[in-house]
Amino acid sequence: MATDGLHESETLAALRSEAESLKGRLEEERAKLHDVELRQVAERVEALGQFVMKTRRTLKGHGNKVLCMDWCRDKRRIVSSSQDGKVIVWDSFTTNKEHAVTMPCTWVMACAYAPSGCAIACGGLDNKCSVYPLTFDKNENMAAKKKSVAMHTNYLSACSFTNSDMQILTASGDGTCALWDVESGQLLQSFHGHGADVLCLDLAPSETGNTFVSGGCDKKAMVWDMRSGQCVQAFETHESDINSVRYYPSGDAFASGSDDATCRLYDLRADREVAIYSKESIIFGASSVDFSLSGRLLFAGYNDYTINVWDVLKGTRVSILFGHENRVSTLRVSPDGTAFCSGSWDHTLRVWA
Amino acid sequence: MAAIAGPGTPGGRLRAQSPHLSKMERVVVSMQDPDQGVRMRSQRLLITVIPHAVTGSDIVEWLAQKFCISEEEALHLGDLLAQHGYIYPLQEPYSLALRPDETPYRFQTPYFWTSTLWPAAELDYAIYLTKKNIRKQGALVEHEKEHYDQLHKKINHTWDLVVMQAREQLRAAKQRRKGDRLVTACQEQTYWLVNRPPPGAPNVLEQGPQRGSCTVSRVQMIQSSDFYKREIELSRKALGRTRVKSSICLEAYLKFSSQHSLHDPIMSGCLPSNPWITDDDTYWAMNAPMVAVPTKLRVERWAFSFRELLDDPVGRAYFMDFLQKEFSAENLSFWEACEELRFGGQAQIPDLVDAVYQQFLAPGAARWVNIDSRTMERTLEGLCRPHRYVLDDAQLHIYMLMKKDSYPRFLKSDMYKGLLADAVIPLETKRRVFPFMRKPRHSSPSPALLPTSGEPPATGSTAGGDREG
Repeated sequence: MATDGLHESETLAALRSEAESLKGRLEEERAKLHDVELRQVAERVEALGQFVMKTRRTLKGHGNKVLCMDWCRDKRRIVSSSQDGKVIVWDSFTTNKEHAVTMPCTWVMACAYAPSGCAIACGGLDNKCSVYPLTFDKNENMAAKKKSVAMHTNYLSACSFTNSDMQILTASGDGTCALWDVESGQLLQSFHGHGADVLCLDLAPSETGNTFVSGGCDKKAMVWDMRSGQCVQAFETHESDINSVRYYPSGDAFASGSDDATCRLYDLRADREVAIYSKESIIFGASSVDFSLSGRLLFAGYNDYTINVWDVLKGTRVSILFGHENRVSTLRVSPDGTAFCSGSWDHTLRVWA
Repeated sequence: MAAIAGPGTPGGRLRAQSPHLSKMERVVVSMQDPDQGVRMRSQRLLITVIPHAVTGSDIVEWLAQKFCISEEEALHLGDLLAQHGYIYPLQEPYSLALRPDETPYRFQTPYFWTSTLWPAAELDYAIYLTKKNIRKQGALVEHEKEHYDQLHKKINHTWDLVVMQAREQLRAAKQRRKGDRLVTACQEQTYWLVNRPPPGAPNVLEQGPQRGSCTVSRVQMIQSSDFYKREIELSRKALGRTRVKSSICLEAYLKFSSQHSLHDPIMSGCLPSNPWITDDDTYWAMNAPMVAVPTKLRVERWAFSFRELLDDPVGRAYFMDFLQKEFSAENLSFWEACEELRFGGQAQIPDLVDAVYQQFLAPGAARWVNIDSRTMERTLEGLCRPHRYVLDDAQLHIYMLMKKDSYPRFLKSDMYKGLLADAVIPLETKRRVFPFMRKPRHSSPSPALLPTSGEPPATGSTAGGDREG
């Protein structure tokens, strides 16, 4: 009926304006305790010297765009996935390929190495996350032991094992994240709250809690309690899709990279954005970010084929690295911080040190 | 042809999805500013003179100055502008690369901007190819010929219209001055190089899988009252939380970064050397998870925080020894068992919970842990319905006990002091420059090869080769 419709739209409008006004109040509250900028605090810190980082290894073997990579805890092996469905495990120190699997779908946008080093997980346009045990047995077909773990209703954008091989956290284009039991494929917890595709996630290196952060096309970064499934904190300052989130090594903050060409730092205790890493000449989106071991440097891969190195404390750009011939799509610092690896749409991966 | 790109048009949507296009457009607009822009000149091409041309080197210099960046970066940025069709070369129109020399370029007319005229229409492409074909036989290159044939098949029924349009456009062009004709031809050619790149050329318009932010489902979502109710609840909760002053939070970064800076190989290097730089993997051997003599830096890290100590298997082992001497090793064992439960498989939960209860919590248990009565009561109640978080409270209590009590004592202990004294400081291995001999890069056994419980190690070497799965 016409009157019902009117009532409904009034309620909707009322809810929307209430939501907006609360957000405004929240920003005011957050601003009250913001007594100093990071830039000012960092004036006391010594400036960084000239930075020389070079490509030390180039991994060639993917026949198409590299979309994702992850390090093994042994600090030298990596797993990488690409647009044509190939997932490769390399010893990147020797550049030898050790395993290869062809997924039954294209655009494998997510891959992860298990903490034990004995398995990998991957997924993409198949809307699933599958786990492959790694085997060196010549008689065994890796694809035969494949385990289908996660099922989403849209593409898989990110996945990560928790502290063990037995649980996987996933993010999807269906707007949700989910925690799964690997052995049974059972859904342990789902996380609803993003208003659009979730593109990335990172587990917190916290000593007691179970939290993780996710970023999405709704420009929001959300921090979740893994146990309850509730969102505990949300940040909405980016102007475009958030492609990558990564915790600061202490766990008290996280960085994000977005299509709006900026990277930002959000502090969890202050509950606000505390730094923006941007430059007028940087026009293309940041696809992937990660910190050096001490958290002083932030490495960010961009869609303009470059990698920018930021001084996290001073907010300045320390260095720009050229080399890739197409978008940098993925970037991770190695577990012991000796190098970082970048993957690109130019079909290659590079290890920099 | 297409309408000007407002927010509702396809071009407008592309602009929203690709913020870099708007930014590039702002840059090229400021490059054309009569006062502050790039130096314009007239370019002579054979017998024609083309106005408003700029050289590649002027573009690079302008970008370098405007953004305070190096020439290398300016060239890279300028090249991207060219690849996206915002700048086009007047000579050699087949290559959209930017050359930092006297090569003349011009700025693309907004009519042909990527975000204006998007997506490129098949009909328009057919007309363009037909014009080329008519104007000069054999002017179409390989991939254009293929496209032409494909289109001819596909829109055969309207081909007369295509030819008519092509002829009409060619006729109208003949009416104009040679200079204008040349410029229009370049502009159009550039547009098609961007939208229909030849094989081997980069396709700058390629996107990943479509993201749903502009689809119907999002529109539905933001029109539902549930969505706003959730946002309201989130904001209300957030308003109630305690926040810490920025000055305190930010100081913490300074402290953390300076404390860890010597331990950050990229910042401070590492001894004996960074394996990636010298091809010598001794660093990894010396810092292996379970090494007999840990390095000085490693032992120092155990003092940074309780978590750093526990995260290191060697550190944790020594801490366990220390606790054994203090007769409180059951605390660490209990904590480890709780971690196993939290991160274990779903199917193992009942057994794990039972084992923990028997060993640590039951009255008279062999390794009874000392938890306060309230937590113990709550925990024992929860054990009736075991789940993976049922021991969280107890685990936290014991963790805090160790952190506040045992850990500080460990750091002051003779054991720890002895470990620091005995720890190794590796000698630096410099990179060998002369005689230049490539150091062989040792392979290492994959973690997937190591025997797990019950499974014999797999045979077969790890060196080289693909193993297709």
